[in-house]
This record gives sequence, structure tokens and C-alpha cells, in this order.
Amino acid sequence: MHPRDMVHSDCIVIMGSNMAECHPVAFRWPVQARMNGATLIHVDPRFTRTSANCDIHAPIRAGSDIAFLGGIINHVLNSQRWNDDPFFQTFASMYTNAATIISPEFKDTEDLDGIFSGLTAFTEDPQWPYSGEVGNYNPESWQYARTASAGNGESQHNPVAAPAAGGVRPAAAPAPKSWDALVHSLLKPPPRTDRTMRDPHCVLQILKRHFARYSPELVEQVTGCPSEKFLQVAEAVLRNSGADRTTSFAYAVAWTQHTDGVQIIGCCALLQLLLGNMGRPGGGIMALRGHAAIQGSTDIPTLYHSIHGYMNHPSAIQPHDTLHDYLAAETVPTGYWANQPKFMVSYLKSMYGDAATAANNWGYDWHPKIIGDHSHLATMSAMAEGKIKGMLCVGQNPATSLNGSAQRAAMRKLDWLVVKDNWLTETAMQWKNGPEITDGTVKVADIATEVFFFPSTQVGEYEGSFTNTHRMLQWHSKAADPPGDCRTDTWFYYRLGKILKARYASSTLPRDEGFQHLLWDFDRDPEPGRAPDVLAEPDEHKILREINGYQSADPSKQLSGYAELKDDGSTLCASWIYCGVYPAWDRNLSARRIPDPPGVPGAELNWGWSWPSNRRLLYNRASADPAGNPWSERKRWVWWDKSVPNGQNPVTGAATAPGRWVGYDVPDFNLTLAPNAKPKPGAIGLDALSGTDPFIMKPDGKGWLFVPTGLVDGPLPVHYEPVESPVHNQLYARQSSPVFKWWSRGKPYNAIAPVGDPRFPCVITTYRLTEHYLSGAMSRWLPHLAELQPELFIEIGAGLAQERGISNLDFVKISTPRHQIRARALVTNRVGVMTIGGKRVHHVGMPWHWGWQGLAVGDVTNDLTSWVGDPNVSIHEGKAFVCNVEKA
Amino acid sequence: MPFALPIAQPAPASPRPPAPARAAANASLAAAAPEPMGFFTDTTVCIGCKACEVACKEWNQLPARGDGGAHLEMSGQSYDNTLTLSGDTWRHVKFIEQFPEPYHGRWLMMSDVCKHCVQAPCLEVCPTGAIIRTEFDTVAIQSDTCNGCRDCISACPFGVIEINHVSGTAQKCTMCYDRISVGLEPACSKACPTDSIQFGPISELRTRAGARVAQLQAQGEKGAYLYGADPTGPLGGLNAFFLLVDEPEVYGLPREPKMPTRNLVRGSMLSTIGAFMMAFVGALSLRARRITEVQQASGPKGE
Ligand code: SF4
Ligand code: SF4
Repeated sequence: MHPRDMVHSDCIVIMGSNMAECHPVAFRWPVQARMNGATLIHVDPRFTRTSANCDIHAPIRAGSDIAFLGGIINHVLNSQRWNDDPFFQTFASMYTNAATIISPEFKDTEDLDGIFSGLTAFTEDPQWPYSGEVGNYNPESWQYARTASAGNGESQHNPVAAPAAGGVRPAAAPAPKSWDALVHSLLKPPPRTDRTMRDPHCVLQILKRHFARYSPELVEQVTGCPSEKFLQVAEAVLRNSGADRTTSFAYAVAWTQHTDGVQIIGCCALLQLLLGNMGRPGGGIMALRGHAAIQGSTDIPTLYHSIHGYMNHPSAIQPHDTLHDYLAAETVPTGYWANQPKFMVSYLKSMYGDAATAANNWGYDWHPKIIGDHSHLATMSAMAEGKIKGMLCVGQNPATSLNGSAQRAAMRKLDWLVVKDNWLTETAMQWKNGPEITDGTVKVADIATEVFFFPSTQVGEYEGSFTNTHRMLQWHSKAADPPGDCRTDTWFYYRLGKILKARYASSTLPRDEGFQHLLWDFDRDPEPGRAPDVLAEPDEHKILREINGYQSADPSKQLSGYAELKDDGSTLCASWIYCGVYPAWDRNLSARRIPDPPGVPGAELNWGWSWPSNRRLLYNRASADPAGNPWSERKRWVWWDKSVPNGQNPVTGAATAPGRWVGYDVPDFNLTLAPNAKPKPGAIGLDALSGTDPFIMKPDGKGWLFVPTGLVDGPLPVHYEPVESPVHNQLYARQSSPVFKWWSRGKPYNAIAPVGDPRFPCVITTYRLTEHYLSGAMSRWLPHLAELQPELFIEIGAGLAQERGISNLDFVKISTPRHQIRARALVTNRVGVMTIGGKRVHHVGMPWHWGWQGLAVGDVTNDLTSWVGDPNVSIHEGKAFVCNVEKA
Repeated sequence: MPFALPIAQPAPASPRPPAPARAAANASLAAAAPEPMGFFTDTTVCIGCKACEVACKEWNQLPARGDGGAHLEMSGQSYDNTLTLSGDTWRHVKFIEQFPEPYHGRWLMMSDVCKHCVQAPCLEVCPTGAIIRTEFDTVAIQSDTCNGCRDCISACPFGVIEINHVSGTAQKCTMCYDRISVGLEPACSKACPTDSIQFGPISELRTRAGARVAQLQAQGEKGAYLYGADPTGPLGGLNAFFLLVDEPEVYGLPREPKMPTRNLVRGSMLSTIGAFMMAFVGALSLRARRITEVQQASGPKGE
């Protein structure tokens, strides 16, 4: 969902987020919803500025989110209302995979005391031993049970194309004219279902067993939240869900930054699907993204594991040898992702232009491949071992990042380091005045790294687009020239690309052909009425036009949407999801600023542009019942209007049946597919889905309560303890996720406290304040922000302060197995003591904005954190660990 | 559309009688003047983000405290490191923690500002006429006329004014006189993400505020009330008034803000004379000191 839509919510649960402090502008919508009568709930270890503006604050221990959410799921499944109300039953059985039957091979954590079937021993890849893996699941037993009839009567799954490692693959052959045959060959027989949802192997029954032990008492034991408070939340959520009401959840990095972060979010998705709060106004899950364009940075990714538009990055350790292999392994034959060959070929055309031809498989072989986990911590782990020679550090401050002293030590092993930022950040200066230099443990003369600093522009000094948390692109204008040599990041990378292209121009090595053929042409043309550009900045419009895509044969013919994409090389498009933002040479839809007229229901469709296809609410077919009517007048959004004429079939000329999806938003569905339409037998893509399958990106068109593919740590969420925890897991013998990531395992600089270590009795969480931004690299240098929060502090409860003889403002020493730092104590009853599994546990928290550079300085909170993380996305566990607090 | 803020537009003259303190010379202007404008600060939706504080400093080019924002210490008083309104800080967000035990209690936030009193003590005592009432019925200090005598500082019952450490003159919120004169809203209300600060014609704000109190009461917030919205109340009402949910003292506000004295010659009149008779300035300062003494003897002061 998106922040603007939260105004339609009847209940908002903010959990894993401190929305008022960290997303204050977006928080205006929950505030408005509350004024309209919505119930606001904050579930958090601390009473924050968000809690202050909510009706209910439920305190929980950091890292116990799944126990809390699992408790709500159990409460819902056992409630009379959920079992009696036809809305819930219809939504679950028709729009989710609740009725789908799972393979009898599947064994739940209930059967195996905390692990799922398929756990295998893991050996680190010798080629890249930095992926941090400690275990692996084979997900074969998690799959849907399928009917005996093969592929809707179509061909069998192609064993040659199957993604079985080490299998025989066809020699690289010229790409076929169309990839449809390949996609057809991937079809599997349809899954078995039981619409009554009574089969013991159907998803709903598995869920009921899986969550049965998440009772209010257990929730209290694990989370520390009093069971009455928990029940108050569970009741509010249930009461405010249904045909007539919707509840939304908002989360941010306090859900992601865990060794099971993806599963926490999945657990919420499961609950919201059960409650029918998906694809409906005021429902859904608000993923609050941090930076102004962080959504854009995953759409056009700075991530190592994906390429534009959420396609997996070609990998040397996957069956991705040829384009055929890649598409066979990556394409899902039913649902919208069946179009992946079109997205991929158009993407390769955007990389290599005219040089990409059918004969050379659209240049696939020139594309780099990954060889393992190249995320931030994996890279740092390799750097610490001296495996990385140089680093470009642009808009990032690793010297104050996780296990900061280990990152600084790793960077001291580099031959060269480029820092591009607004100020001389801690990363730019760690070699000169970092904590290790000032305390004498490292001498500047012993550091061989050559450090380069490139000053950066600020946002008002260039034009371009942001993609915000609403997937909305908004163009911004340039207000002033940057001072001195400050340049944009775009300029930096464009120049670098040009220099590298020139360097490799005469190379005869095959590996350099990618650079030679790279389409790299964003020079600014002289334009009438536009001042000549003395800064040699590339043309941002040209970049967005290429991202949008155009006809390969005529770059002036922009594509109007991704339905136009072809897999035969005739279209060029960098990111299929952005196709449509620049539908004509002179039409930049991200620059639109037309609000809806007041009082008229709408989705602000003329303000900016949201991917995909300017849809504001994803999967909005679910806002109508199976027959296509709004579930209720109050929650009307998109519906089927059977009277809209559809004219003639453009090919046959025959009259087509009337009827169309219409509404306030762009319908996220095949516009003319009637609610009663059945899947076409043997079809691929959207034709394989029915008129009641709203989740069109899923192969079965259903919202997934049970996740058979795509997650590496299990098909269902399970409460595991954080890797550092004061208590044993009260649900299962298995303490933590069996497959979490642990980089630099066994290295002294990444030591982990054992369970219940008496040396580190407090639970600590880290967070941001409104007054500063991230590591402070954009705020601690600004006088008007530095003065608002001038010093690093730790929030501790009055009880702990008394026990340890600490007064407000005293300096205290905070220690973990990795490091110790100093901060002022801020004694407050907004945090405090909790009872976890019968044990009194003090909860403390620290913001992490400080470092030694800038106007407001302080120790680096992240020196306390470790290199462990989530196995799906390699994010660290910075939100829940243990520490000790003593008077300094 | 509770979030659609009216932007100050030159409007027909208010039916309200001119404020008593308005200089007679301004009377003819008042006929053509816009409506009285003000702030309604609804503290129940304040999220303590301090955007108002920063926007105010940015727009009005006010300095950071300390050494350009460096070498400052935290206060230890919740998230409030500003602590007071001053010549450098014209908006100040207060944080009041009320937690008798862990996790049980509430956290009040309130963005404080000059109240733009209808009968403004600061204006009354100003010996040089530097403090004026504008055509928007707001109170502003003209820096070029201020001689730094500090009389207004002691006269203000809310502790709003202080000497700006760069200009050396008394300074406070002008309700962004430069912005509102060209039809823009003040920087703080413009920046406020939740519309805790609302700017507009006083009459409209009063109606809106009354409705909000009724809504909160109906939703169970029985303690909600308006502070300073009553034109028959102390100081003739405050053109920057507040919605509070606890006693005024909890927010550092005087229960009964008072004019420093009633039986002294009005400062504004004196200042008119003073403009001709500079030799009397010393005597006026003496009077100001007396006013201070009276005020201190008469009870609570803001902050
Ligand atoms: S609040 Fe103080 S400074 Fe503001 S108008 Fe009233 S007396 Fe003057
Ligand atoms: S900007 Fe608004 S919400 Fe933020 S502190 Fe000021 S009054 Fe409160």
C-alpha cells in the first residue's frame, strides 16, 4: 500500500517502525485517519513519538515480532467471527492459497521441533567463501500437490530446461524467434485444491496446526507484552477487518533487520490475507522505505542479486549458463511473470543496443554473473580477508556501519578507496582520525590505502526523479548550480563508464566485450531555451527515456507500456516496470502535479506516476468480490461494469462482449477478463488465470499464505530467537533460524554472545531519531539539526538506572562481545524492564546517528552490532542483540 | 478537507473591533486591513518532529545555538534540547513525559511560540515603539528601532522574547510577516506535517478549534480544552492559541497570564512621547524595572 491510502484505514498497526519519528511527513495520513476515528496501535519495545500519537502502545521485546503476529493469527483463526463471516471465508478460499493442498512430503516445524523438512548440510563454496551461510533448505517438499493430468493437457515439464544443477544443458544455440515454446514447456499440472478447506494437507489446516501454540499466554512469555494488552490489539485488528472495514500495518527496518526479517514481513502478509486486507483501500502492508529514492534503488537496483525490474541477476552458481538456461530457470509459466523473456530481451537490448542480436543471444554472454553473496557484509567479510582491492563508496558511510570497527579494519586493507559524499564523512577520514588512530592501536603510516574524495551535489542542484515508497516517480527540478567541483552521482558513473569504455576499446579479451558493446549515450544535446551545461552532466531525461523503453529501430518512438514489450529484440527497455512513465519523447509523466478535485473519490492518478502502469493500489481486483461487485460501498475501489462496450476485436473484426474493470484506480487486472472467466486450458501467462485470481504476479493468481517457492528459510514464519538473546526459544528446541547468515564466523572481531550470557544481560535495539538521518552524514553537519540532538545517548529505564547507580545524563559504558562505547544515559520510563520466560530483562535502546566527524559528534553505536543476518536478503540483525550497561 | 490549510489572502476588514493596543495612527489602515490572523496549535497531533523549529530558523535566518551548532550538550530533559524560546529560537517544541511506571503513561508534545496577545504586554511596555501591531493583528518587533533595553523581555508573561545573540536586539516570532504579507503561510505551519500548527483568520481557526475539542471530547479525551482562544479572556485572547489536554502549568504556560500592571501609563503612549524626548529613556527603563518587580511578585511566569 502507500501512505496516502492509510487515510482509508479503520485501524493501523505500526510495528517494526517508528513512523512518526522516521517518516514524519507520511505520518500525516495515520494522523488524519485517527481524526476520522481510526484506531492507531504501536507495537514497539519503546514508547516513542509514534506511540504518543497512538491509541494503544503494546511493548514487546525486540526480535519477538513473529510470536506477537502469530498470536494474532491464532486468535483470528479461532475466532467465531472469522469462521462465520462469509467475507473471510470467501476471501480466503477464493483469493488465497488456503484451499491449496501441499505435498504430503512436507513436514512442519511442529513435526520436527523447530525445523522444516528439507534441511541439508551446507558447505561453503571454495570459490567465494564469504556468503555467510550456515545451512540450506531444499524446498522440494514444500511444493503444491499437483493433479495427475499433465500441464492442462499440454507438454510435460522440460527436463532439459529444469534448474537442476549439473544437468546436461543444450549447447548455446541461436535464440528462437519467440520464447513462447520454452514458456509452454515449463508448465506443470495444476495444483490440487479443496475448496472446503478441510483436507488435512490443505494450507488452512496446516496453518491452524502451525499457529495453535501461539496462545496469549505464550505471546506474553516470549514478547513480554501483557496478554490483556495483546488481546486488545488482536481484537482491534479483527474488529476492524471485514467487508466494510480495513486494517493496515506499517513496518520499516525494525522488521527487516533480523535474522528472520523476511519471515516477519511474511507473517504479517499471511495475517492480512487471512483478514482480507489486501488489494483493498486502507488495507495492506505499508513498507516504509527510508531514503527519498530507496524504492528506486531496488527497482533499478543497486542490489547485487537482481537486475532491473526484480529479475534475478545472472549467476555462475545457478543454471544460468546461456540465455535459454537463464529463462528456463527463471521464468514462471503462469501469471504475469510468464512474460519474463520479453522483459529480459528488452533489458539486454538496453544494455547492448544494436550489438545485441538474436545470433549472439542478445549479448547475454557479455553480462556479468555473480558468484555468491556480494551484499554489503559479504563484501566486507571478503575485504577483511584482503580479497577486495578497491571500493567506490558513494552515499554510504561504512565506517559507522555494522560492527563498525571491523568495517574500518577491512577498509584499511584496501589499495584504494573512493568516497563521494557531501562532507568528509567518517569513511573518508577513518584512515586519519578514526577511533583506532586516536587511541593509538593503528598508525596512519601503516595504512597503504589511497583515498580519493569526490564532493557531491545536493538534491536542489540537479534534476531527476525520485521513486518513493509508493512506487511513485516524481520529477524534481534543479534550483541552483552546485558549488565548486561538486557533481552528481550520475555524472560520476557516466564519466567512469566512458573512461572504462575507452580503456577497453582495443582489448581483444572476450571478457571485455561487454564494455565495448555497452550502450552508453546520455550526452546532453544542445536544446533551445536550455542553458548550455558547463558541468558536463548527462541528460537525465535520456536516462529515464531508456529506462521507459523505445522501439529498437526508432529511438524516438517511446513505448507506452510494458504490454508492448517483445522478446524478439524489436523493443528496448531497461526496466519493464517503469515502462509507461515516459510514453512519448516529450511526455514525462513523473513531472505531473495535478491533484484530484476535493471531495471526489480517486487515487490521485495525475500526480506523478506509479509503477506498474500508474496503479496506485496493487492487486486491486481483490477490492471486489468474486462476482466483481465492491465488497461494500464503504470500501469501493475497483469493480466490474458489465455495461461498458468493448468494440470489435482488432484482429477478427468480430464484436467483443461488453464488460470492463473500472474504478477510482487503474485496475490491476486484465481489463476485459470477466469475473466468471475460466483459465484457458494449456495456456501460459495471464490466460492461465481465472476472473477471480487477483494476485496476477503469482503463478496461481492467489495470495500466498503458504510460500512454496522464493524463500530460503521456510514456507511459513516461525518464532526464532535473535542470534543474541537472553533466553532460550520457548517454542522449539531450535534456538535461531537454522539457515541464518553469519559472515566471518569464528573470527574474533565477529564474536557472538551465547544464549543468556550473564556478561550481557540487557536486550538492546538501535534506531533513528527525527532530528538526524542515518549515520548523520546528512544531518550532523547542519547547525540547525546538530543543535537539536547534539549528543549520543542510550535510553535506559529507571529500574536499570537504579540497579546500576546511573543518573540521568551520566556517561555510561555499553559493551557487547565485539566492542564497547560511551554515551550519555537518558533515563526514562518509556523503556524498561520486561518479564521474558519468567526472567526479568532490561530493555535499552540507542540511536545510531553519531560518529567523530561533523558538528555533533559521538561514539559509533554500530561498533556494538555484529555480522549476522537474514538468509533471503542478507540484511544484518541490528535491531535485537544483547549488551551490558555500566556507569563509565 | 481538514488538511487543506487556508493561505492568507488579503481579506475584507474583520468585524472585530481594532485591538485596544493598536496605535491610533493605524486606525485608518485597519479599515482596509486584512482579517486578524493567527495560529491554532493542536498539541494532540504534534509528533515532536521539530520541523517547525527548523523551518522557522531557516526562513528567518536565525543562528543555531552554541558554536554554530557544535560543542553543545544534551539537556537530559526528554527530547527537548532547546529548552526555551529565545531571540534565536522562535518556535520551541516541548516534550513532557508523564510516566509513573515503565510503559505506562503519556508523552505530551507542544510547539510553543509567541502568543501574539491581543493586549500585548511587550508592546505596552516597549519604550521606543519598536514593537508594533501589524495589519494582521499580530505583534512584531522592528529590529532597527529596538534599543535592546530588555523591557519587553520582562513584560512578556510567557517568556517569549530574548536578545538575539547576533543582532543584539530583542527578537521573537513575527508570524512570518514577510511571508503572510505576500499571501504565504508562515514557515512553521507550512512545514508541520500533521497540521498541528494551523494558520489562518482567527475567527475561522476558533471555529475549527472548537469543533476539534468537541471531537476529542466525543472520542473520550475529556481533558481537551482551548488555551487562549477566548477573546474575553486574559490579554483579550491570544492570536496564537492552543489545544491542550492537561493543566496549563504542565506545558509551562501561566494559568492567568497578566498584563504586568494596570495602573501604569501605557508604554505605547510613553513611547510616543519618548520618540520626541530621548532624554527620558533612562526614566522609562526605571519604570520597566518596576514593572518587572510587580510581575515577579504577582506569580507564575511562563517557563
Ligand atoms: S506572547 Fe509575549 S512576546 Fe508574544 S505578543 Fe504576547 S507579550 Fe508579546
Ligand atoms: S512541525 Fe508540527 S508536528 Fe512537528 S513539532 Fe512542530 S508542531 Fe509538532
